[in-house]
Amino acid sequence: MKKTLGAVAVATAVALSLSACGGSSSSAESAKGEISYWLWDANQLPAYQQCADDFTKANPDITVKITQRGWDDYWSTLTNGFVGGTAPDVFTNHLGRYGELAENNQLLAIDDAVEKDNVDLSAYNEGLAELWVGQDGKRYGLPKDWDTIGLFYNKAMLASAGVTEDQMKDLTWNPEDGGSYEKVIAHLTVDKNGKRGDEAGFDKNNVAVYGLGLNGGGDSSGQTEWSYLTNTTGWSHTDKNPWGTQYNYDDPKFQESMEWFAGLANKGYMPKLETTVGASMADTFAAGKSAINAHGSWMTGQYTGYQGIEVGIAPTPVGPEGERASMFNGLADSIWAGTKKKDASIKWVEYLASADCQDVVASKAVVFPALKSSSDKAAEAFKAKGVDVTAFTEHVKNKTTFLYPITDNTAKVKGIMEPAMDAVVSGKAPASSLTQANEQVNALFK
Amino acid sequence: MTTLAKHTRSAPPQSEAPAPRGGHRRLGDLKIALLFIAPAMIGFVFFYVVPTIRGVYLSFTEYNILGDPEWIGMDNYTAIAKDPLFWNSLAVTGQYVFLNIVLQTALALGLALLMHQVAKSTLIRGALLLPYLMSNVIAALLWFWMLDYQIGVVNQFIEWAGLSRVAFFGSEEWAIPTQAVINTWRHMGYTALLIFAGLQAIPGHVYEVAKLDGASPFQTFRKITIPLLRPVLVLVLVVTVIGSFQVFDTVAVTTQGGPVNATRVIQYYIYQRAFTESDFGYGSAIAVILFLILALVAFIQMKFLKGNESDLD
Repeated sequence: MKKTLGAVAVATAVALSLSACGGSSSSAESAKGEISYWLWDANQLPAYQQCADDFTKANPDITVKITQRGWDDYWSTLTNGFVGGTAPDVFTNHLGRYGELAENNQLLAIDDAVEKDNVDLSAYNEGLAELWVGQDGKRYGLPKDWDTIGLFYNKAMLASAGVTEDQMKDLTWNPEDGGSYEKVIAHLTVDKNGKRGDEAGFDKNNVAVYGLGLNGGGDSSGQTEWSYLTNTTGWSHTDKNPWGTQYNYDDPKFQESMEWFAGLANKGYMPKLETTVGASMADTFAAGKSAINAHGSWMTGQYTGYQGIEVGIAPTPVGPEGERASMFNGLADSIWAGTKKKDASIKWVEYLASADCQDVVASKAVVFPALKSSSDKAAEAFKAKGVDVTAFTEHVKNKTTFLYPITDNTAKVKGIMEPAMDAVVSGKAPASSLTQANEQVNALFK
Repeated sequence: MTTLAKHTRSAPPQSEAPAPRGGHRRLGDLKIALLFIAPAMIGFVFFYVVPTIRGVYLSFTEYNILGDPEWIGMDNYTAIAKDPLFWNSLAVTGQYVFLNIVLQTALALGLALLMHQVAKSTLIRGALLLPYLMSNVIAALLWFWMLDYQIGVVNQFIEWAGLSRVAFFGSEEWAIPTQAVINTWRHMGYTALLIFAGLQAIPGHVYEVAKLDGASPFQTFRKITIPLLRPVLVLVLVVTVIGSFQVFDTVAVTTQGGPVNATRVIQYYIYQRAFTESDFGYGSAIAVILFLILALVAFIQMKFLKGNESDLD
């Protein structure tokens, strides 16, 4: 009870200080000093440190303290910070999380600032800026980067199997027989005796190299695991996106696709789910245990960084409706509602979303920044490193992306779908069992 | 442990004897006693009693930590009764506790006997404790890598031996036994030490008498060691059962409840509901149920195994 009173007091104090922001004296106070900024990806830390240094050079009375925390405890630490009053002023936000945070009044709406400072929302890659407008119509972040899915492949394995890189660019897929995608996967699979997956006498229980690597069951989104296939059939996760209130895991089209996907493991073309607990999919690829891995663009640095392996990147296959599909996920920087440095935080968020900072990020060739102009620069930076990333940028250019499903209750949906998908992908349950899980999921929205 | 055993021995007369002197002296003792108890008491109140009461209160609310708790009466409990994942977590935890306790107690008893009769060197006795000096998370991660399906050293040996690789953490059949064995490995040295202390408290003359009467080593073990060791064994059982009901860290750093629901033990499920899915009311309600289960288990063990009585008197 005491705690509740305390929270009320804090909330009142915050409300008072926020309303006091109009006054000139407190405004000056909130526009200088040190602001804290959190992100989870260690690979991006150097780029943002440089942004912070440049920012302080341009605004000498504001310094930025950057803290990097691993993904696993990023969100629980952040929640604790909200409750305890120690949350960062500005932090990297995720589409799967911000709905809940906005609903609980933890995020600062920045519409006024965006309007006042004339931030050009059309300069971002299409759709990215709109993602951060919540259900209440208010804007809770400015986009910083995006990612799509592609097929990383081992060039040497393709060459020895006689599969050309042009073939990889024209793969097709359908849930009935898997199309040329399954043929290539089968052909790239090699058992302990050197027999390929499409040859007679292939021993599916003693496979040396799998045609396709497996990351996991994919839980609710299947971001890198299966969504690049299931969403080519015209299926989508929710009735509408963002802010859908009905999930579609009971759709026969989806279940047919999942049945095919789980079948790959049964045929010996993909590792069994139980064998993927532990070492990461990228590391097992590097160890030569799989020939193709479907993974996100943010993994490019890791895949191309392994010593002694030549890696190519192909676009995801064309589906039954004649189009490719890739989940389009974007991050943004948001401001905590409880910040005492509101004006400085807004300045920093706008700087992060500007070409000044995003060009710096682009030059490091780690991720694709949200600004169109900076995206192109990132593609060039990758090219300079000898990596062709058109497989990822093509999706955006041809508008074959679909959004990460943004809804309420995402953590609970994941809690239900994770075991359900694991059961299907491991072959323990038929895909039709997803109908029951779907009912549980949709009950959350009633 | 020795002190504890002795203490239990002298306990009954103390409680039966009437207070020898007037209340005056007792009150004088009370002040000093309170002073000595204070540090422990303050910690107990602030870190155990208050959170427990608050936890019980939260179990009757809907609370996502960012908003205010909202009183919903018994709703959480009725939902839990119908929640298949809760019953699954009980079954999984039960399986873990059973494997862990049987293995750990048997091995620890064996080790303690060896320490008592054979391995008298401090070095060897100390070495038995080594796994216990490692943090749970480190031990779990160490085995997680060694037992990895693709690149783990254990599976490499298994393959060299001509057998097929085992998905120790990945398969539903193996995941719980694997974790039970890992934690047995980590804890058995410590448990052995507790039992060893109990063995040392058994007076040597009972064994001499048994020898004179011509008892075989097995008879001595069954008729003398085990009965006289009972209070210590019960204590060890109570502590280890409660401890293994609360298995969490091993699961959290390795399988995280999977594959499917095979390792979604009750503590992990509480964590998942509360901290991952921000449903602190529901999580608290399961925690209260776990608390009641543990209290009941401890009570039954103490009552039926007569843990607070010794046969030495």
